[in-house]
Amino acid sequence: MANLKELSVRQDPLTGGHRACAGCGFPQIVRMVLLSSKDPVVVISATGCLEVTTTIFPFSAWNVPFLHNAFENSAATASGVEAAYNAFVRKNKIKGKINFVAFGGDGGTYDIGFQSLSGAMERGHDLLYVCYNNEAYMNTGVQRSGATPRGASTTTEPAGKVSSGKTRPRKDLTKIMAAHNLPYVAQAAGGYYMDLIKKAEKAFATPGPKFINVLQPCRLGWGYKPELTMEISRLAVQTCVWPLYEVENGIWKVTMNVREKKPIAEFLKLQDRFRHLFKPGNEQLLADLQKEVDKNWEELLKKGAP
Amino acid sequence: MSEEKKPGWKELPEGDVLEAGTAAKFNVAGWRSEKPVWSKDNCIQCMICWIVCPDSSVKVVDGKMTGFDYDHCKGCGICSHECPTKADKRAIVMEQEKK
Amino acid sequence: MPAAAKTGNEAMAEAMRQINPDVVAAYPITPATEIVMIFAQFAADGLVGTEYIPVESEHSAMSACVGAAAAGARVMTGTSSQGLALMYEILPIATALRLPIIMCEVNRALSGPINIHCDHSDTMAARDFGWIQIFSENAQEAYDNTLQAVRISEHSKVKLPSMVTTDGFIISHCMERVEMLGDKEVQDFIGEKKAEVSLLDVTKPVTIGALDLQDYYFEHRRQMAEAMKNVAPVILEVAEEYSKLTGRKYDLIEEYKLADAEIAIVALGSTCGTAKVVIDELREKGIKAGMLKIRVFRPFPAERIAAVLNKIPAIAVMDRSDSLNTQGGPVYTETCAALYNHPKRPKMINYIYGLGGRDVTLDDLRSVFSDLQSIDKKPLFNYLGVRD
Ligand SMILES: Cc1ncc(C[n+]2csc(CCOP(=O)(O)OP(=O)(O)O)c2C)c(N)n1
Ligand code: SF4
Ligand code: SF4
Ligand code: SF4
Ligand SMILES: [Mg+2]
Repeated sequence: MANLKELSVRQDPLTGGHRACAGCGFPQIVRMVLLSSKDPVVVISATGCLEVTTTIFPFSAWNVPFLHNAFENSAATASGVEAAYNAFVRKNKIKGKINFVAFGGDGGTYDIGFQSLSGAMERGHDLLYVCYNNEAYMNTGVQRSGATPRGASTTTEPAGKVSSGKTRPRKDLTKIMAAHNLPYVAQAAGGYYMDLIKKAEKAFATPGPKFINVLQPCRLGWGYKPELTMEISRLAVQTCVWPLYEVENGIWKVTMNVREKKPIAEFLKLQDRFRHLFKPGNEQLLADLQKEVDKNWEELLKKGAP
Repeated sequence: MSEEKKPGWKELPEGDVLEAGTAAKFNVAGWRSEKPVWSKDNCIQCMICWIVCPDSSVKVVDGKMTGFDYDHCKGCGICSHECPTKADKRAIVMEQEKK
Repeated sequence: MPAAAKTGNEAMAEAMRQINPDVVAAYPITPATEIVMIFAQFAADGLVGTEYIPVESEHSAMSACVGAAAAGARVMTGTSSQGLALMYEILPIATALRLPIIMCEVNRALSGPINIHCDHSDTMAARDFGWIQIFSENAQEAYDNTLQAVRISEHSKVKLPSMVTTDGFIISHCMERVEMLGDKEVQDFIGEKKAEVSLLDVTKPVTIGALDLQDYYFEHRRQMAEAMKNVAPVILEVAEEYSKLTGRKYDLIEEYKLADAEIAIVALGSTCGTAKVVIDELREKGIKAGMLKIRVFRPFPAERIAAVLNKIPAIAVMDRSDSLNTQGGPVYTETCAALYNHPKRPKMINYIYGLGGRDVTLDDLRSVFSDLQSIDKKPLFNYLGVRD
């Protein structure tokens, strides 16, 4: 695996001068993933914060080929790009390997783009799909998504006098993608960059459809001080709210063991979206959330102990 | 940003296409209220600041940290927060921007 | 030139085989399903070098087409009705990215109520997405139009996507004699696709599909309008070259016995064939009837239409779709607009007809011509063939 020094001499896939908020968590994820490719990459992105902040005409932050089509179709669009590449290879019109990477936010992946993703993965296109998962529709103002965790306050399922935020747990998309029997599926977090880089390298070395779900703290939607982006990302892992694991050809493996699990409160209390959980009356909900996390972690350990 | 005259439809390339990397010309220094200041002597060249910066604003030459790109740094403080150097020998400290 | 009995769908699938696109992404829907199935078999039998993507929806079909075309590939798809409707979101994106995708569209009524038969409501609802729209009267035209569309769309002054349409079941499923070019002749006619920018050129990376704010969107839209203005002469240029190969002549519009006509209808697609029979019959009786067939609906050949219709005193415009706007169907409103600034404006009335595959009989069309003989007594907006 390449170390940071080796990666730092590769061309940065993103320039500065994009308009993501100060302290945003996705540009690093994009850089970590794309820098892990030894071969040239071509990027396809869904509508969302990533695409909007990096491509305001006439300023593109992309140093690599980049295509945006619409919100729910980055996987389908990428499948077309990959098919064109295959046709050109067959007709001897193009030489050299290219890695295709589709990015989508959690809205563009868990919700509106779910069908497109599932279809493209099932068809077996040779591409890596990366969900940069900030657990809400950030671009349009922090609305809930299927990835929003239970108890989080969003603008479409806010905490209020008679509500404690989102009532249902998020769907487990990583597991759903594993159920597609892909050669490589992983869950990662930007705060554990070497783990993410290793996973991206593995994905690029694996032919066929790959999926990585990367948790991305959003300082605006989650409500925390911008310098904490990486720390919050690590806390999600250390509390087992967001375990790091991979599923390689059906074999599950936790890639980051958590021997001393921190209480989830340590993760939650740093974020405004969970602030209401610490008010009197929500003790039971907090306890339930802890139980849910514990149960999921135990189940995951049974599937693939580190 | 200097106010350049924007091209009309006849001059603009067709098809919503851009050359790569043109955002490098976009200056976001004004977004900053604090800025990171690097101390070469305290730096252990671990490259952590480089990988965690959201704005590609840690300048690396030949695998070595050489300072910040203040045209694009937004002063988020992640680099300073993540820099592993000890409290009495910080390699990055955040300083208030002079307004 | 080899000729064979073919349905409209077979003729279009054959055209696709001969075009041999780099990528086809499509999803089945009646009555366009055969195009997809036949082509899939061509791919399975190695008769084409195409990457065929059996997508999970039409939305993904068009999305994949956009991806492949942005990568520089020659790309085709086929669909109808609900399938086209599911693509609507992506159609204007293909236009904005200036991707010359070719679609074989089989006209079918839009739900609801759900109905699988012919009318033009699906295609007409897509009329303002910046796609070139070419209507076919029969299977032969479907074949010819598909081949020509490649050249038109890919022309350097155009770079806009095209949909070539047939009428569901009436053309798509009816056997007709179709003359085909040889495979090599087709390849020579369409030539190699030259893409000016390609996403796959990793040595010259580009960003395609950037976000336009208030300061650039309008300029990019203005470019598209200009490209659409360039289409008509290109269509004529391509038709001229095609006629040298085949002897079959094409234009933006087709005049049928219009020169001295006193009453005329304006129509698109398969109805034109039926109308010709009625017109011949009326002519034998000494009635000066005629027809204007609109082959190209986008770009709308307004000047040409005005130039031929202004001399005709009484005209019925036939719309096989209803805009439900209390102002007539789309062909009617646009034909009226085409003549509004002309010093001589004929009297024009509108018929909405044939919705959901309702038969259009010779008698129906006879009644229209008969109405035209006393046009002043008719209301502007009429429904033909619906039970009261
Ligand atoms: C079909 C469609 N519906 C809605 C929108 C509006 N929209 C744009 S981005 C977005 C949310 C994006 O959320 P997510 O995918 O999580 O990405 P994020 O902005 O959080 O990075 C929405 C709702 C759209 N562009 N297209
Ligand atoms: S809203 Fe959140 S995800 Fe969007 S740019 Fe800001 S920090 Fe990043
Ligand atoms: S303060 Fe933020 S933007 Fe500036 S160099 Fe550090 S990490 Fe990058
Ligand atoms: S994180 Fe600190 S020690 Fe490491 S390279 Fe950056 S400045 Fe030097
Ligand atoms: Mg999101």
